[in-house]
Amino acid sequence: MNDIYNAYLNTDEIPGSKTGSLAGVRVSIKDNISTKDIETTCASKILKGYIPPYDAHVVTLLKAQGAVIAGKTNMDEFGMGSTTENSAFGPTLNPRDVTRAPGGSSGGSAAAIAGGLVSMALGSDTGGSVRCPAAWCGIVGLKPSYGRVSRFGLIAYANSFEQIGPMAANVRDAAKLFSVIAGHDPKDSTSVNKPCDGNVVPEISGKTIGIPKEYFGEGVDAGVAAQVRKAIGKLEELGAKIVDVSLPSMKYALPAYYVTCTCEASSNLGRFDGVRFGPEPEMNLPWHDAYTKVREAGFGGEVRRRILLGTFALSAGYYGKYYVKAQHAKQLIAKDFAAALQTCDMLAGPTMPNIAPKIGELTADPLQMYLADILTVPVNIAGIPAISVPCGTAHGMPVGLQLMGRMFGEETILNAALAFEEAV
Amino acid sequence: MADEEFIVVIGLEVHCQLDTASKLFCGCSADFRADAPNTHVCPVCLGLPGAMPVLNKKAIEYALKVAKALNCRIPEEGEFCRKNYFYPDLVKAYQITMGDNPLALGGYIEIEDDAGNPKVVNLTRIHVEEDPGRLVHMGNKERGHYTLVDYNRSGIPLIEMVTEPELSSPKEARRLLNKLRATLEYLDVFDPEKEGSIRVDANISIKGHERVEIKNISSYKGVEKALTFEITRQKNLIRRGGTISRETRHFQEGKGTTTSARSKEVANDYRYFPEPDLPVIRVSDWVEKIALPELPDARRDRFMSQYGIAVNHARTLTGDLHLAEFYELVAPVGAQIAASWVADILIGELNYRDMPLSKVTSHADQFKELIILVRDQKITDKAGVEVLRVWLDSLQTEGAPESPAGIVARLGLTRESGESFRGIVEKILAENPQPAADHKAGKKGALNFIVGQVMKETKGKSDPREIHAMIAEILGE
Repeated sequence: MNDIYNAYLNTDEIPGSKTGSLAGVRVSIKDNISTKDIETTCASKILKGYIPPYDAHVVTLLKAQGAVIAGKTNMDEFGMGSTTENSAFGPTLNPRDVTRAPGGSSGGSAAAIAGGLVSMALGSDTGGSVRCPAAWCGIVGLKPSYGRVSRFGLIAYANSFEQIGPMAANVRDAAKLFSVIAGHDPKDSTSVNKPCDGNVVPEISGKTIGIPKEYFGEGVDAGVAAQVRKAIGKLEELGAKIVDVSLPSMKYALPAYYVTCTCEASSNLGRFDGVRFGPEPEMNLPWHDAYTKVREAGFGGEVRRRILLGTFALSAGYYGKYYVKAQHAKQLIAKDFAAALQTCDMLAGPTMPNIAPKIGELTADPLQMYLADILTVPVNIAGIPAISVPCGTAHGMPVGLQLMGRMFGEETILNAALAFEEAV
Repeated sequence: MADEEFIVVIGLEVHCQLDTASKLFCGCSADFRADAPNTHVCPVCLGLPGAMPVLNKKAIEYALKVAKALNCRIPEEGEFCRKNYFYPDLVKAYQITMGDNPLALGGYIEIEDDAGNPKVVNLTRIHVEEDPGRLVHMGNKERGHYTLVDYNRSGIPLIEMVTEPELSSPKEARRLLNKLRATLEYLDVFDPEKEGSIRVDANISIKGHERVEIKNISSYKGVEKALTFEITRQKNLIRRGGTISRETRHFQEGKGTTTSARSKEVANDYRYFPEPDLPVIRVSDWVEKIALPELPDARRDRFMSQYGIAVNHARTLTGDLHLAEFYELVAPVGAQIAASWVADILIGELNYRDMPLSKVTSHADQFKELIILVRDQKITDKAGVEVLRVWLDSLQTEGAPESPAGIVARLGLTRESGESFRGIVEKILAENPQPAADHKAGKKGALNFIVGQVMKETKGKSDPREIHAMIAEILGE
């Protein structure tokens, strides 16, 4: 494999089998999904050398359907970033323009597909990590409803938001991959029993699509907005009914998201102490000092920043001001989406407010990076499914159309995405 | 300063391991004590990245049983949360426990105070949490070479029961623990025989002074000892004009003392927040279905009414499930005599030998045979005790135990009538004129010495009441 985009952290393959719906199909796996006997690092130095003794549930399912496990893809360390530049092992480049970032955090998976190295890959989406690189690399990415895909074996960043999602060059492949990984898993107590048969049909006629005005607000690039408006026009042409809606609580989405995910991350990442995996601590130090050294050297800057933010937000006297408030905002946002999706079959808007940034453009200012998530994060907070499907280019780079569905309504948005894909 | 000015206030946090087959959040077997370190582990209880907890419903059922038995209020919803702190035995750097929404609130335990009066001790809450792993220090604590970690214990279900600060003495604390242990045993959710299956944190203060927490005491005796030591330490400090500082102290089991914990360990901010990987548990339907067995207090009352035995006997016999069951097995030979032989004599002999009751329960028929020998006056009480001792010793050796009747025959302990000892009585009276003189002068109990001498001479085959009567007759009374 000629990985000129640095899409992979590990190109070891596990052969597939001749039977199953993915017989012989090569599927790459984001490096935060545990693969038995294959190093799994989350693109972090702190997990260098960690070889999981077990497969994530989704990997077990892929193997059962005959898929070839085709390497582990690069990502922002622990999923913390929107460009795949926060990898301890170097950034992934965007195959559509190698001076630009592929988006993140599942940038390796998106670049591998866009670069023609593989036709399907798994990503994970905590605040847009599947949809963002899908949009910026010009491929399809689905963030499933919370609970529809087992998270068992997904190395947690922010448990209450994330889902493993399929990424592919087209909607049919994304649906096929989704049908393999969806369904109940008793090992994940938040998983629900909603399997998917994977039969997608181009179907949009008669559906009501809501356009939240907040998705075309301040900060959305005019070129991107124009492409997405054009795509919505196409959907109307195909027989969809377009209505305006509003999600007034969306202004709380980013703060609620970043408070909750940093809180959860600060706790999730406590276990990386050098005792059972990762680099060995210095044995001649008191354990507390040895831990500190391992963690200081092992975590990258963005990860340390989020651990500190989360630790602060959970500390005595601040919990009520931050975590509790964020949960309240979460409820308001979920209510807004539920209300809009009562009258609409789905909502549509841009996936990302901008096109893929130049390498280094966003990492200089973390706040700018956080703002890039504004259109993807609300979906994770509401728990609903959303798909990003390519809809032309702006400034020469791909633009993603985001379709957001009702809870467990993946089939509806997959069908709509397919109708759109076939029409353009 | 007079002692009565020191009013002691004690509250306990009791952690008991629930006796489930598997761990709290994974399928690993909880029966690990006989096995090599780190053999009862999986990705979940090792806290490997990506592993997720799945709640063991049995543990919740057990905890609900306890909550119901201790008269707690059980809210509709319970919520697990994370208690975050770093320690090498804590695999995930957080413990899954319960915070603001525990499984049960309130409730109470009835004990006796130091004067023997009934006393109600209120509970604050009950919750379920996971046990961490265990550190094994190689070398000594001051100059250890290294520390090994055993994760077999990681994820064992614990129930934590917190009392209000309403206990007034170390003895009360001990009684509360005994009552709790008995209740959990009756509910069949806890095995007190398993090492480390109970751990206690005790809060103690002297009224008007700061509170001290003694952490991780791992035996009932230890709790009483630690508290007794701590009260003395605090009283002495106050008498000398010192101040008690609010701190955490560790109990040194071997020395029976407490020592101050390093402040670094205490300054934790646990940053509790809800566990996102576990849904809220709804228990209301569940609670309805839980049926409770007869509990210690009910059994005590039944023993008094059904067998007509005294409250002290009833309390002792029902304070331990197996003891109560054993008594009911033996009671047909005579409720009173059985109560006395089990509660007053057998327990003492077992404690003296550090012998478990289970050794005796499998030979209940022979124990009954012994009581029948005494009841039917085939042997005297004193000879009965001797037979019991020989019999208990034979239970601890290989092979079949010697039957009580066999022991009586072998040692020649059959009771003989008083007439056959008349000569001995006369001889001892003649050799010891003083007691008889004292007796005639009206000194009570003066003849006990003579009776004792006769008993000794007759190797316990004589009945002391008969000997008394005979002495009176000889003395012409």
